[in-house]
Amino acid sequence: MSIEVRIPTILRQYTGGAKAVEGTGDTLAALIDDLESRHPGLRQRLVDDGGLRRFVNVYLNDEDVRFLDGLKTQVSDGDSVTVLPAVAGG
Amino acid sequence: MLEIRRDLVEAIIAHARRDHPDEACGIVAGPIGSDRPERFVPMANAERSTTFYRFDSMEQLKVWREMDDRDEEPVVIYHSHTSTEAYPSRTDIAYASEPNAHYVLVSTREELDEPDVRSYRIVDGEVSEEEVRIVAGAE
Repeated sequence: MSIEVRIPTILRQYTGGAKAVEGTGDTLAALIDDLESRHPGLRQRLVDDGGLRRFVNVYLNDEDVRFLDGLKTQVSDGDSVTVLPAVAGG
Repeated sequence: MLEIRRDLVEAIIAHARRDHPDEACGIVAGPIGSDRPERFVPMANAERSTTFYRFDSMEQLKVWREMDDRDEEPVVIYHSHTSTEAYPSRTDIAYASEPNAHYVLVSTREELDEPDVRSYRIVDGEVSEEEVRIVAGAE
């Protein structure tokens, strides 16, 4: 089973510079845990005590997972997950 | 230094004026690694606030995918400050997430005759102002 996860520039320090990595899992949470096992430090950039970090956007195929089930969103083989840090400020 | 065509600067200022007093935001895309801003992409401010901006997450996905298809990156990320100076705020610095981008700030505060446009690099929480060199170019 393999899910492609596209990684933004600012997080490529955890993936040895790779713009995309592969992982497995039934849910987004499980997928992130799987990625953490090979790319330590990545999870804490995506997740905090409250769940998915507020200023990180995670998309499953064409949808923002905030509008699906957040970390519990189910993922399957062949899905593509994209991570984009929110662009924001004041 | 940010080198940028006059028509792009004017488009950024026009956007900031149009959305005032809400903060305006957007990017200017350019070929990866070129450091050349070429393609103006104004974005919606999902916060619609006078003191905060955020790209709508679905619009950001669309724009970022488009850049990917065209081998581009966000060379300029701009937003406006509508009552303060064109200097990055603590939140601007905290959320700066594109290390290669020139962060352009426009101030549309009312005391100014003309909006003020300045540019910065923000990397690992460090801000450094840079010169903005405006050039003529193909319209």
